[in-house]
Amino acid sequence: MANHYYNSEDLKKFGQVGQFQKEMADKFFAWYGTVFQDSNLSAKEKSIIALAVAHAVQCPYCIEAYTADAYEKGYSEAQMMEAVHVASAIKGGAALVHGVQMMNKAKEIAM
Amino acid sequence: MKSLQATQNRLAQAQEQIAILEHSAFEHFDPIPFQYKLEESSLYPLRPKEINIFQINIGKMCNQVCKHCHVDAGPDRKEIMDQTTMQQCLDILSAHPQFSIVDLTGGAPEMNPNFRWFVEEIAKLNRHIIVRCNLTILRANKKYYDLPEFYKKHRIEVVSSLPFYNKDRTDRQRGDGVFDDSIAAIKMLNAVGYGHEESSLKLNLVYNPAGAFLPASQTELEREFKQALWNDYQLVFNQLFCITNLPISRYLDWLIQSGNYERYMDKLINAYNPAAAANVMCRNTISVSWDGYLYDCDFNQMLELTLACPSKHISQFNIQQIQNRDIIVGQHCYGCTAGAGSSCGGEVV
Repeated sequence: MANHYYNSEDLKKFGQVGQFQKEMADKFFAWYGTVFQDSNLSAKEKSIIALAVAHAVQCPYCIEAYTADAYEKGYSEAQMMEAVHVASAIKGGAALVHGVQMMNKAKEIAM
Repeated sequence: MKSLQATQNRLAQAQEQIAILEHSAFEHFDPIPFQYKLEESSLYPLRPKEINIFQINIGKMCNQVCKHCHVDAGPDRKEIMDQTTMQQCLDILSAHPQFSIVDLTGGAPEMNPNFRWFVEEIAKLNRHIIVRCNLTILRANKKYYDLPEFYKKHRIEVVSSLPFYNKDRTDRQRGDGVFDDSIAAIKMLNAVGYGHEESSLKLNLVYNPAGAFLPASQTELEREFKQALWNDYQLVFNQLFCITNLPISRYLDWLIQSGNYERYMDKLINAYNPAAAANVMCRNTISVSWDGYLYDCDFNQMLELTLACPSKHISQFNIQQIQNRDIIVGQHCYGCTAGAGSSCGGEVV
């Protein structure tokens, strides 16, 4: 085993996950391919959504892949960073909105 | 920034570049030879189709020193075509009407002192003339200020690099101040009639990636460039050509220095498209260097790979030999066959 958890070279091996469970991997990659095709949303729009989600789920492989993909879809650096801010705002907002839960509980148990 | 030659970088030598590309010095990196891909596509040996583009590189001298330049051009480069070689080109053009397009490139072709004379002589032969103008040359010196009128007079198609519609990305690739000067130059060209939708005076822009990634879709990016340049500067142009950076010369140096070489080659190889390979520009183009040597394309010219036939110099020009030759290919050719393909006119599929 490597002495670190993430290695950028491992991204190239993503397709090999089928070695341990081929049927599910085949279905995943077929579905994945369909998801990113031009459809009701364009492939370009999907690319910037993927970049934002990559940050929300904090996946370094996805960030690497979709940073390059965003460039290759013609996005500017400012547009890419705004997408990250959208992800961050949702993540930050998701934490903060739970403050309502905390307030509810606090009011329930406090005098 | 200076040229590779001025800094005595080993990659200034074509043989050094070929050694890296063909016999990778990188451990654990053994890319599939381009020839194999062509064989799989039933395209090897690669042969010419109808050759109709006569591309002439009239010199390596340039007022810019772009990070990605495949010519290693710059102000310190003194290699420019002389009038004798230009006359040899004119004689060949005159004898071969099949060359309907004459494509003048550099460096900055306008810096050759015989540029205007050469254009006027080609115009007498009634050919479509393309000048690959870097835009900033129009602002570089008073003696160039009237070039838009000169282009207009000879109905020249102007093809100009603009890596992006914002200053930051453009200047990072082409040098500080290039974006502002480019905008001013497009304004000059628009003012004499270039780039307007209904105009016969064509101004086409060239996008190439400012980094180790492939170009975006030409159609989509053209729409965005048009919108951004109109909204921000009220500028117009006709078409956007998306070009992939080929891993040679200064771009190769940058790929290696930045640790992107292997990743970029993998990207090009994985994006190999047989349909693009069938339409590569070397199949309908002949490239002439400043000193009159003949090549399959401007990239093979920079790698000093002269035609694989006895016609190696303009003085030996024999169209039958040239038409029947095999085109020389190498690992750099993956740059022209990735995705939608890449040529001096942008995508090829």
